[in-house]
Amino acid sequence: MTDLSDVFFLAISLVLSGNNDLLEIVALSLRVSLTAVGCAVLVGMPLGAAVGLGRFPGKNIIVLFFNAMMGIPPVVVGLFVYMMVSKSGPLGWLDILYTPTAMITAQFILITPIIASLTRQVIEDLHQHHAQQFRSLCVPRHVAILELLREGRTSLLTTAMAGLGRAMAEVGAVIIVGGNINHLTRVMTTAIALETSKGDLALALALGIVLLAMSLIINSAVMGLRNRAPSVIGTVS
Amino acid sequence: MKDVCLDVEGKRLIDRVSLTLFPETISLFMGPSGAGKSLLLRLLHGLLSPSRGSITWAGRVLDDRMRKRQAMVFQNPVMLNRSVLANLTFVLRLVDNNHPHVAMELLERVALRQHARQPAMELSGGERQRLAIAKALAVQPEVLFLDEAMSHLDPPSVTLIEELILQQQRQGIKVIMVSHDLGQIQRLADEIFFVHQGQLVEHAVAQTFFANPQSFPAQLFLQSQSWSKTFYQE
Ligand SMILES: Nc1ncnc2c1ncn2[C@@H]1O[C@H](COP(=O)(O)OP(=O)(O)OP(=O)(O)O)[C@@H](O)[C@H]1O
Ligand SMILES: [Mg+2]
Repeated sequence: MTDLSDVFFLAISLVLSGNNDLLEIVALSLRVSLTAVGCAVLVGMPLGAAVGLGRFPGKNIIVLFFNAMMGIPPVVVGLFVYMMVSKSGPLGWLDILYTPTAMITAQFILITPIIASLTRQVIEDLHQHHAQQFRSLCVPRHVAILELLREGRTSLLTTAMAGLGRAMAEVGAVIIVGGNINHLTRVMTTAIALETSKGDLALALALGIVLLAMSLIINSAVMGLRNRAPSVIGTVS
Repeated sequence: MKDVCLDVEGKRLIDRVSLTLFPETISLFMGPSGAGKSLLLRLLHGLLSPSRGSITWAGRVLDDRMRKRQAMVFQNPVMLNRSVLANLTFVLRLVDNNHPHVAMELLERVALRQHARQPAMELSGGERQRLAIAKALAVQPEVLFLDEAMSHLDPPSVTLIEELILQQQRQGIKVIMVSHDLGQIQRLADEIFFVHQGQLVEHAVAQTFFANPQSFPAQLFLQSQSWSKTFYQE
């Protein structure tokens, strides 16, 4: 018992003292995941909106594909990216295996479907809700799209946060393509995995605490946004 | 509107309806719930295309340019998730008439001025309907569709909005509306279209219709309504 409480206090002091190793790992985690989310938003949201508003053959298949991709295990994405960028892979010449770029790529693949899928849902619901009124008013198409994105702003931000949460928390993909190299590709989740297996519970726990705190922050931000957002459907019953 | 049918998923929702509307009058569609009144309004306004038959306005098929001169208040008004005023200016911007005083004046006319800054999503049912009416007036339409646009209003608001509608009509605007309120129908309607199970079963001048309904569904409808009225008054 004393052992565990020692570990706990050591972890707390690591967090509070702003230990260099710890800060470096947290910073890389944030850099990788935020970049991945940024790219995923840039690609996923327009894609989701386009699919949501479009009517074309095969739309259902795309929707199904995105929905299926939402639940894909990170290790599978890791494996896929590994095979692509490893020396013998088709993208081996890029020489990005075991770099943050590879990690960003893996997380990007992991969360783009989530963002595209949720965006499609949001935009489609909003469109269904407003379509008649917009048609009646002859709202030009580009205005309609902008207005719908504006209407869905809270939900869309929530979507991005959900993506960030998943990216920060996953370990399977980044450990495969990043390799958990100290000072280079070591992020919070991979460090926790390593330090735990090495027996350095204090650092692992310290990172765990930081990760938990971030997860709490992200989730309470999401919850705060949800509570502020009135329901999409606001009609006279 | 000539010989119009509307089929959805193999079901005939509107069945061979032909009718002609004349300017500067208030035409009123009535009939039991689910009869197809809202569908007829949406067909006329070009939000639905008929499966068969044709709809023309002054001899021409409705296009965007003509629809811009029409406005519709929906049975379930849709609001944008922003302030009452912003909902109105959204419409005013579309018709290039976005001056602050215009918006406030419109809100004044539907007695919503004090609510200008309030989020539209917070409005009560009756307030929503009044905002929807203000949005329709903002278009300065030549044809105004009102689909049970006053169903949630309290008596003073009903009087206010009815007065607004009559004023529109006096200015030469064509009003096409649906209502279930017999008192209101008798106050406003010039002519009645009685719809039953997707068919137009009766068309008459309002007074004639109430004095002497010809079709059996209309007779039944009016009887049950007057019966329930006596029932509730006793
Ligand atoms: N998109 C649709 N698909 C299938 N059926 C529909 C659709 N829209 C309307 N209907 C059906 O068409 C019928 C007429 O609908 P409509 O909304 O015109 O009724 P209404 O006369 O306006 O009734 P209420 O007085 O209750 O508003 C209803 O039975 C409804 O279920
Ligand atoms: Mg209706």
